Amino acid sequence: MKKNVWSSVVMVVLVFSLILAGCGGNSANNGNTGNTTPTPDATNEGTGAEGSTDDGDTIKVGILHSLSGTMAISEVSVKDAELMAINEINAAGGVLGKQIEVVIEDGASDWPTFAEKARKLLQQDQVATVFGGWTSASRKAMLPVFEELNGLLWYPVQYEGLESSPNIFYTGATTNQQIVPAVEWLLENRGKKFFLLGSDYVFPRTANKIIKAQLEASGGETVAEEYTPLGHTDYSTVISKIKEAKPDVVFNTLNGDSNVAFFKQLKDAGISADDLTTLSVSVAEEEIRGIGTDVLEGHLAAWNYYQTTDTPENEKFVAAYKAAYGEDRVTADPIEAGYIAVYLWAAAVEKAGTTDVDKVREAADGIEFNAPEGKVTIDGETQHIYKKVLIGEVQADGMFKTLHSTEEPVKPDPYLKGYEWASGLAEQ
Amino acid sequence: MELTAKASLQKKILLTSVYSIVVLFLLLAPTFLSDFRLSLLAKFLAFAIVAIGLDLIWGYSGILSLGHGVFFGLGAYCMGMFLKLEATGGKLPDFMSWSGLSEIPWFWKPFAHAWFALPAGILIPAALAFILGFFTFRNRIRGVYFTILTQALVIIVTTLFIGQQQYTGGTNGITGYQTIFGFSLSNQSTKTVLYLVTVVLLVAVFILCQRLVRSRSGRVLRAVRDAENRARFIGYNPSSYQLFVFCVSAGIAGLAGMLFVLHVGIISPTTMGIVPSIEIVLWVALGGRGTLIGAVIGAVLVNAAKSGLSETYPDSWLFFLGALFVIVVVFMPRGLVGLFNDIVGKLKPRMQTIMQAKGSKMKKAGSNG
Repeated sequence: MKKNVWSSVVMVVLVFSLILAGCGGNSANNGNTGNTTPTPDATNEGTGAEGSTDDGDTIKVGILHSLSGTMAISEVSVKDAELMAINEINAAGGVLGKQIEVVIEDGASDWPTFAEKARKLLQQDQVATVFGGWTSASRKAMLPVFEELNGLLWYPVQYEGLESSPNIFYTGATTNQQIVPAVEWLLENRGKKFFLLGSDYVFPRTANKIIKAQLEASGGETVAEEYTPLGHTDYSTVISKIKEAKPDVVFNTLNGDSNVAFFKQLKDAGISADDLTTLSVSVAEEEIRGIGTDVLEGHLAAWNYYQTTDTPENEKFVAAYKAAYGEDRVTADPIEAGYIAVYLWAAAVEKAGTTDVDKVREAADGIEFNAPEGKVTIDGETQHIYKKVLIGEVQADGMFKTLHSTEEPVKPDPYLKGYEWASGLAEQ
Repeated sequence: MELTAKASLQKKILLTSVYSIVVLFLLLAPTFLSDFRLSLLAKFLAFAIVAIGLDLIWGYSGILSLGHGVFFGLGAYCMGMFLKLEATGGKLPDFMSWSGLSEIPWFWKPFAHAWFALPAGILIPAALAFILGFFTFRNRIRGVYFTILTQALVIIVTTLFIGQQQYTGGTNGITGYQTIFGFSLSNQSTKTVLYLVTVVLLVAVFILCQRLVRSRSGRVLRAVRDAENRARFIGYNPSSYQLFVFCVSAGIAGLAGMLFVLHVGIISPTTMGIVPSIEIVLWVALGGRGTLIGAVIGAVLVNAAKSGLSETYPDSWLFFLGALFVIVVVFMPRGLVGLFNDIVGKLKPRMQTIMQAKGSKMKKAGSNG
């Protein structure tokens, strides 16, 4: 008898919470700003959702990163940087004289969820723009939604190129701003025999396809190409293959936890950075913290920004980030790219005088910003940004020492049109 | 005797009218839900279909499959391939050219035709279920061992799909669809039609499964579930019944997968992985195993909670969801429908005594409770 009364109570509570949750999107606003206005649950006929309601006192923007799941460890930091930029802009008076209001959504490291939440932000919340994504898979999942609803996405991570959507601005590096110059530098300074190692998904596969074409054209040699599943942690076979192939360089496009396993086992096998050059494109300050500096010291990475980048803007940025989120936090390339994305969008909106997507896109061309990494400029044609390329070496304190930097920011070339050897790669 | 017959008739009428109201509500949903909520509901209903499929095998034949994500995913990929080829107009899909293919592989080609792709979305999962079921049920592999096998199937298939990037799109999956039969997928009226198709298919699958479990085969299935050896001694061959229902269940999952792709616009290996496969079981458990309607309720409620909670508490929604699951499993082992039946069972005699005391006037209302 008693048990049944209990379970009835539980059921009532449960059903209520489910109903509340189900209606949550309608009645509750999830911004972290306290003064949210209720969202009218507007039915948009057809494709009427332009995502640009700039009437009212605030401008709504969305942040869509994985806050749970395997990618959360990387993406939460980017979300933090984007929030910081928004708070800074709000403190300085906002955009077009209006405060920016944030709607945060969790992509949950699941690509269909990214698509669902992107649709929610554009149709339900009618945000002016969205900052979000990390993996190429999440971007590819969101892309059709943004194109269908004519939304605007700012994507902050280096990626494999061969893409240019009118509805996406790419603030991370494309291949000619990271991988191609890194290979050039390695050929000049470290040797010609390359061992390509990557996680088995689209970024490493595409990157290695480009590297192979480049090596062939410039007298290098690919001695082996190895892929391991995402999350793979046993690298003894790969390491013995490396020992056998005796490459000059291991070009590492592993992602996430696999890096921890690979570098630890490489060290255990008695191979240090002095014996073998490795260059990674997905290992930044944040990952070094996780892997351990003792294991990574002396290894190389190619990025467009390091926490040690010496500009007055970066000094301020690092100090503000640590003040906001804790002394032990570090900044890294994607974190910075997320931060500047907010500023670039705000500048484009100011220039356009509206948050209308088409007008913002038009206004964005040529916008310059003194970013922590140095001056960046939006290239209107590709919707990527000009960036300096840096080759860095991991130091004992977990920071990078810049070994090489391009003089000027490099023009983005996502389809590698400027490289003769790449002519066969980008055919659509 | 006459009284119970009358009561069961009344119960039947009541149930039918409740079901009709729910279906009517679903059919009218496009008129009062926003576009975004409608697309969410459409997705939930697709999930409800796969949940019915799982309930059919788990609830009525006692075989727990943790591999329904695979059948769901295979159906989804069939639809995805069809839509992708329609989007590219028969040319090479974008991810294939990145991965170094210069020609559409032979097994992709038939998927350009709806008459092949759409039936394939049901038949391929069913065929895979047949192969797996044929070797396991006949060899009397059951219980935990069968469940482990289905998990292994999930791992094999997802690894295969991730590894064969040039054919499957790898981790990214297949996305970027434009049209179906020439109608733009981004058009709201197309979406409404697809939603209504989903509602109709859900009702059809539900009725089909209800017929099935009430038929003689359904009774044999339950007999096998409760006492396999006894059923065998009576002269039934349990494995053929189990195999049949496993194939039907997988085909239903494939159908749900096809609808999922239409509403969500992407299919990737994560959607067919271990976690989604277990989630399907959770929906059925939460709604009430072995009731069919419980599977529908569970799938819709859990997914609504998932979407709603993650929108309201993007940082901590998983804790709430986890707590819900724990509460349900601990306090309601027979799910929401089981609990509902308990309460009705408790109230009914009480109501009847009250009714008798109050006289004939209220009699009708009392028996409805």
